[in-house]
Amino acid sequence: MLNGIPINYYIMLSAVLFIIGVVGVMARRNAIIIFMCIELMLNAVNLLLVAFSTLHQDASGQVFVFFVMAVAAAEVAVGLAILAMVYRNLKTIDIDLLSRLKN
Amino acid sequence: MLGLTITQWLFGILSFLAIMFALMVVFTRNPVNSVLYLVLTFFCIAGHYLLLNAQFLAVVHIVVYAGAIMVLFLFIIMLMNLNADTEPRKHIVTRLIAGVIGGMLLVVMVGALKGAEHLTIIRGGASQIGLVKNLGQVLFHDFLFPFEIASILLLAALVGAIMIGKRDTNINDKSITNN
Repeated sequence: MLNGIPINYYIMLSAVLFIIGVVGVMARRNAIIIFMCIELMLNAVNLLLVAFSTLHQDASGQVFVFFVMAVAAAEVAVGLAILAMVYRNLKTIDIDLLSRLKN
Repeated sequence: MLGLTITQWLFGILSFLAIMFALMVVFTRNPVNSVLYLVLTFFCIAGHYLLLNAQFLAVVHIVVYAGAIMVLFLFIIMLMNLNADTEPRKHIVTRLIAGVIGGMLLVVMVGALKGAEHLTIIRGGASQIGLVKNLGQVLFHDFLFPFEIASILLLAALVGAIMIGKRDTNINDKSITNN
């Protein structure tokens, strides 16, 4: 069924999604939104891994996506715990205010 | 219809929706709306996985991302009582610079990745590698050791999240334990 979608369409789509994630990280101040943009970047890479895995008929790419998902889940759990603790102590998750790590 | 197959139509629609929802994640002020748009983006990406005949990954993606991780985000946002009014905003110059840098990075990536046009996914529909049986065999034969390491990683993250989120018992003041 999947005849005729060139791989560079997938490359472009992944690049655009990745760039949107990068812009989000640079343009937002809310730490949770920044986490979500990092998830977006991870997903762009995952999509490209699956596309190349299908192109080369090699399941290793999809297994690697599986591991990326596990690592992303661990990252989100620890990161959100840190954010919850920071919010409990400082009552803010504004990145610009947190950049000093002190006071 | 314009000489495109149904798969190409689906690819175009899903790509458009994914990019639109991803833009909304960045440009919406309310964090709760951002989370919901990110869930929609993940559903579009799961649709792409289905188009690439990676059924197992599509299901795992929906369950893990849209089901688990996004609910975690939503819980944390509701815990902190964030909304559009309390949302901090960067200065307009900073945001413009971020947009310009992103555009330049996109130009660099697109320019660097030109020349891959002659590769076309031909056997996608006939491929069986995305099915649970084949993926499981690869996972438990070739990648058994990384699989076990991933379980240790998840255990460490679990313990770490609990230790970080646990309220210090000798401070012991008003509010309840969050995590």
